Amino acid sequence: MMIKKTYKLFIGGKFPRTESGRILDVRGKNGELLANASWASRKDFREAVVAARKASGGWAKASAYLKGQILYRIAEMLEGRRAQFVAELVSQGLPAAKGEQDVSKAIDLLVHYAGWSDKYQALFSSVNPVASSHFNFSAPEPTGVVGIVAPKRGSLPELVSALAPVIVGGNTAVILAGENGLTAISFAEVLATSDVPAGVVNILTGHRDELIPEFAKHMDVNAVLLCSNDKAEKKLVDLESAENLKRVSHQKDAPLKESPYHIFDFQETKTTWHPIGV
Amino acid sequence: MAKTEPGPHNFIFGDYAPAPESADHFKIKKSYDLFIGGKWVKAPKQFETTNPATGEVIAKVGEAGKKEVGQAVKAARKAFEGEWGQLSGAERGKYLFRIARLIQERSRELAVVESMDCGKPIRESRDIDIPLVAAHFFYHAGWADKLDYAFPGAKPKPLGVVGQVIPWNFPLLMAAWKIAPALACGNTVVLKPAETTPLTALKLAEIFEDAGLPAGTVNIVTGAGETGQAVIEHSDVDKVAFTGSTAVGKAIRRAVAGTDKKFTLELGGKAANIVFEDAPINEAVEGIINGIFFNQGHVCCAGSRLFVQESIADKVIKKLKKRMETLIVGNPLDKNTDIGAINSTEQLARIKALVNVGKKEGACIWQPEGNLPRKGNWFKPTLFTECAQSHQIVQEEIFGPVLAIQTFRTPQEALDKANNTPYGLSGGVWTDKGSKVFKMTTGLNAGVVWANTFNKFDPTSPFGGYKESGIGREGGVHGLAVYLNF
Repeated sequence: MMIKKTYKLFIGGKFPRTESGRILDVRGKNGELLANASWASRKDFREAVVAARKASGGWAKASAYLKGQILYRIAEMLEGRRAQFVAELVSQGLPAAKGEQDVSKAIDLLVHYAGWSDKYQALFSSVNPVASSHFNFSAPEPTGVVGIVAPKRGSLPELVSALAPVIVGGNTAVILAGENGLTAISFAEVLATSDVPAGVVNILTGHRDELIPEFAKHMDVNAVLLCSNDKAEKKLVDLESAENLKRVSHQKDAPLKESPYHIFDFQETKTTWHPIGV
Repeated sequence: MAKTEPGPHNFIFGDYAPAPESADHFKIKKSYDLFIGGKWVKAPKQFETTNPATGEVIAKVGEAGKKEVGQAVKAARKAFEGEWGQLSGAERGKYLFRIARLIQERSRELAVVESMDCGKPIRESRDIDIPLVAAHFFYHAGWADKLDYAFPGAKPKPLGVVGQVIPWNFPLLMAAWKIAPALACGNTVVLKPAETTPLTALKLAEIFEDAGLPAGTVNIVTGAGETGQAVIEHSDVDKVAFTGSTAVGKAIRRAVAGTDKKFTLELGGKAANIVFEDAPINEAVEGIINGIFFNQGHVCCAGSRLFVQESIADKVIKKLKKRMETLIVGNPLDKNTDIGAINSTEQLARIKALVNVGKKEGACIWQPEGNLPRKGNWFKPTLFTECAQSHQIVQEEIFGPVLAIQTFRTPQEALDKANNTPYGLSGGVWTDKGSKVFKMTTGLNAGVVWANTFNKFDPTSPFGGYKESGIGREGGVHGLAVYLNF
């Protein structure tokens, strides 16, 4: 008899069940049970934010070279488990060719952003020729803890295209995976074996209408990346994020295009002045 | 003649012969209309703008209602789709260069009007505000035809009509910070100056007329909060830019929720100015003074929290007090004046209320002796010692000449205390050790950090906050991004 996998959440580098004891009944196209996935609660979300905050300082300070290598390592690990991911996507109803394509795309995205780790700073920084006798420069710093509401369709390019620019920029992330989220939790296994420090990425599976307000309200979340075409969702996130002035990036409910400007969406520019003299 | 030993004095002209800047070489009209579509348009109502140093009315200005704001947005849309929108970047740049020159030529007049309307010392309006205004237009002029180089691969396009609402602490400088990048990027503008300081923006409108700027490219609608709200909420405005309080900033954020409007917010601050025992003490004391008493402390990036390393706290506080005794509070138009008038009676009341809270909460207040002028809005330079992190005067922005002093032992303690605030606009560090400078400047959660200096500004240098101090940057390449679509 085949041993089936238990799909749980991914918080602080561990795979806990939801504290709520609730399950998402995930079935394949023939109605067979694929998983009793975790239906994450608001408390699970708060735990994930705590983990992301704890990891935040260390990840922000990790060298760009190291972050690049870790993103590349994620690509390596994903490549090594390609067959598993394709099979899992197929079990959820994707044609095999599309499954292959999605996994390839995700790997390519990771390699692409791995390469940005030590380059976006040059693109988004400046030495400013002020008129007074000061040395003055501006450079990007990570925004902090970013809540990501991934596109609804829960395949890999959707997830990775939203996540990679956030973490390569030194932020930590709490992700609400797309529908059913099985692939996202399997992706967490890849992250867990790729030297990604615990808490840098936290992945929840659950319901958007329950968790999106929490992403927007939480006072220790610095930014939200919302992938949505839904006007009501967008307005709600805008409204609720006003209280601590979260940075909100609205993206379509689809994979994000590769762009360093997605990294910049979650960077703060710091300008430093120092007099020139003796 | 200045005394060699500072001591108690009447703040106004106590120790110095008056040296007032004259206001007789230019004209302030008795009444100003709104500037809409290149024409001066009568408003249904008017309000008075007063000189905060004397309480005297300077002029009446129009109060734009929803209808006038609508006309202004319509004029801006027409200009965006018409003459201004069709200009090449290079031609747009020429207008901005020309405006910069006209500002330079009328700088003395602008400085005097600014000091009269706003209350800031003429030394500051003359040497800092107005030169920076001209520099801002000159800097952005050059960007107008080079935007593709600023954002590689992004193909930037203008946003359209931009609604801008600015504060009373740097009236013309904030207008320049808002208008210059918006125009360089090809947008058109509806600007709402602050209710208590509308005059220099209206003078700027005269300059736009003289520069031949196409009608409707910039529209100036004066008024109070309701006028600003009408600008922010107008459905044909593509982007709003606001500088002001964090509370209003959050309200604006909510007002644009669910719309496609872009926004930038430059909000409050509670900057930490951190002085180490190895700092050049005399320079640091000057930096602390400039940090908190510049522009009466009406500065969002003011160094309103001082952190002094314990070993030198007594020495620094003693020197600070001695220096504060020499500060001249009085006539903003006097060239000797260090601290001018508090901008409005409302602001004065707020400062007084927070200072009273400080006393009640147990902090120890100190002010130099001496009498303030009888007429007008004044507040003495003030410092508090024995402050705790939980004190309201440590947590809340006072926006006045009030310094809260705390001590620390280690760099990490200074960082922890400095970052323990919802704000993140600016910060300062004073030490002679280079590696310590960078430990601190990288550790401070703030958008602008001054090391061994404070309160410096330049159009090439991006300005803006982390956390609840705002979203977006103004100035430099980064300041262009918020006026463009990618």
